[in-house]
Amino acid sequence: MNENTTNDPIIICEDVHKWFDDFHVLKGITTTFKKGERAVICGPSGSGKSTFIRTINRLEEHQRGTIIVDGIELSNDLRNINLIRQEVGMVFQQFNLFPHLSNLKNITLGPMKVRKLSKRKAEEEALALLERMGIADQAYKYPSEVSGGQQQRVAIARALAMEPKIMLFDEPTSALDPEMISEVLDVMRELAHSGMTMLVVTHEMGFAREVADRVMFFDEGVVVEEAAPADFFDNPQHDRTKLFISQTLQH
Amino acid sequence: MEEQVDIQQIKPPTYAKGPVGWLRENLFSPWYNAILTCVALLFLYFVFKGLLTWAFTEAEWNVIPANLQLFAIGPYPRDQVYRIWICLYILSVLLGLSAGVWRGIVQRWTIVVGSILLVFLVIPFEIVQREDSHLVSIEFRFNLIWLIFESRRWLLGDVALLIGAFFLGQRITRLRPWILGGWVLSFPIIMFVLHGFGENAVQTSMWGGLLLTLILAVFGIVVSFPLGVFLALCRQSKLPAIKWVSTFYIETVRGVPLITILFMGSVLIPIFIPYFTIDQVLRMMVAITLFSAAYMAENVRGGLQAIPRGQHEAAQAVGLNYVQSMMFIVLPQALRSVIPAIVGQFIALFKDTSLVYIIGLIDLFGVAKSIITNPVWLGRHVEVYIFIALIYFSFCYAMSKASQEIEADLGVGKH
Ligand SMILES: Nc1ncnc2c1ncn2[C@@H]1O[C@H](COP(=O)(O)OP(=O)(O)OP(=O)(O)O)[C@@H](O)[C@H]1O
Ligand SMILES: [Mg+2]
Repeated sequence: MNENTTNDPIIICEDVHKWFDDFHVLKGITTTFKKGERAVICGPSGSGKSTFIRTINRLEEHQRGTIIVDGIELSNDLRNINLIRQEVGMVFQQFNLFPHLSNLKNITLGPMKVRKLSKRKAEEEALALLERMGIADQAYKYPSEVSGGQQQRVAIARALAMEPKIMLFDEPTSALDPEMISEVLDVMRELAHSGMTMLVVTHEMGFAREVADRVMFFDEGVVVEEAAPADFFDNPQHDRTKLFISQTLQH
Repeated sequence: MEEQVDIQQIKPPTYAKGPVGWLRENLFSPWYNAILTCVALLFLYFVFKGLLTWAFTEAEWNVIPANLQLFAIGPYPRDQVYRIWICLYILSVLLGLSAGVWRGIVQRWTIVVGSILLVFLVIPFEIVQREDSHLVSIEFRFNLIWLIFESRRWLLGDVALLIGAFFLGQRITRLRPWILGGWVLSFPIIMFVLHGFGENAVQTSMWGGLLLTLILAVFGIVVSFPLGVFLALCRQSKLPAIKWVSTFYIETVRGVPLITILFMGSVLIPIFIPYFTIDQVLRMMVAITLFSAAYMAENVRGGLQAIPRGQHEAAQAVGLNYVQSMMFIVLPQALRSVIPAIVGQFIALFKDTSLVYIIGLIDLFGVAKSIITNPVWLGRHVEVYIFIALIYFSFCYAMSKASQEIEADLGVGKH
């Protein structure tokens, strides 16, 4: 438990199932995330990690079970979905910045159109966020004109600009060159210490050990093992977990 | 080691310099290139020799200035021409204001339009026109000057309004929403002014020439574009009913020649709906628009498909709803990547308006046909066709040029 973690649950998943056609990707995930908690999700490729965190802001629809985010149940009700998307920020592996907009406009678009901020207020906030990400000087460039690490930090700023209560990260450093990984991990570390609730899919085990409150290990659509990082890495219970840890630590 | 060349001393490789060098390099080497160049030059020589000799000796160009008004407005009543000028005034004011407010591309093109108007202001068509008449008395010359001024009053006013509006727009930039509103309203207002009402109403059957061509083309372009975008979005819809209707529409229209659709609009609609006559020109406007929209939809769909799924997801993740994510994220990227195809469709539409001649409207092409069949201008068909070809070309080339500038402005291919 970190100093920010509370006992209030903010995400409650009950027996969540998901199929792609006939292919059973999530096979009954039941778990609760508390306000301020930082969870790292790891597991082999194709185990359903991305699918799971994408169900939380309903980029994917789950077909059985319930997901409750900040008191709102995810259903087909469009109003609920839009409310939840404002509370949940997401950072993608491929950044997914809007290439036709400057970095600054990438960040201000959501606040202006969804939170209905004035242009001036939105730009003020965006510049402050870029400052916090350490890239204030890149505000007026286009995404294609900055490095991958900088793009990912713009993407983090874009998500934070909606003032979310929860941040989802789907392998935020996997598309980056080694020397850029640390600059992204640095801002994520800073974010964690500010008390944000974070769900991070990553293979950065150093980051998990240092920042996470809990590590969840996914395999074939189920949570095989979950534990605090010290227990998880030093004393794994399942063979599948042991194998995975030994394989990842080899690189 | 001593044999090694000092790297500091290496010069860039030299190429043949100057125009002679360029010619030798590009046109005359190797030997087969020289032969091709000579053949091409001979060919060009014969073609242009014939054309230029004809243009400056045999051709009788006075058919053009003598019929200038006919080319411009067709059979529109001459005593009602002031209405056309009113419409041009409305457009000039809007154009001038837009140029002042938006600068950039709009300003550059307004300067082009203004320059063309200025050229018209100083070319003395009347003199050419009367060359072969025998009245060269002093009196006539005086009259001629008066006539030249008289026939240019309106044009003079138009240029003045354009320039005035430009400077006004430069000063008052908060006019933007009003100007946009003005453009939207200008079309119905212009249609109304041209038609008028009561005794002096000018039926659309009297509309013609370049005026009619432009009305058909502008309406077609301005309406088929959003309609095409809408159809493309419908075809991508998750709701099967919407998707099927839109697909059915697009495939049906694309499977039928435009000329068939124009005939259906002209002949079949009055048979099926006999109690209720819709104006002929209006029917053609609608037919051309509906035809073009189907092609536009497919062009736009091509752009939509090129947008990666991550863009939709990122838009959703920041909380944009469907309309917002289309308007601010997907369409701007999709449309700018298919600008060449869209403008190609605009150009095709512009030229296709000439088909309305077949169902009896007298557009620019119709006017050309009617002049040729007039015994007074017997044998002048080549001059007339070359002239209207140049007009069609100028408009199409302008569209093509403008689209290139817009692409450069939007940074297509850069970010
Ligand atoms: N849209 C889709 N349609 C069909 N199958 C899909 C789709 N998205 C994912 N899958 C399948 O679902 C399974 C889980 O995918 P998911 O992306 O959640 O895996 P992951 O754990 O994130 O893997 P990775 O580490 O490679 O990102 C995979 O087998 C994948 O092929
Ligand atoms: Mg994944």
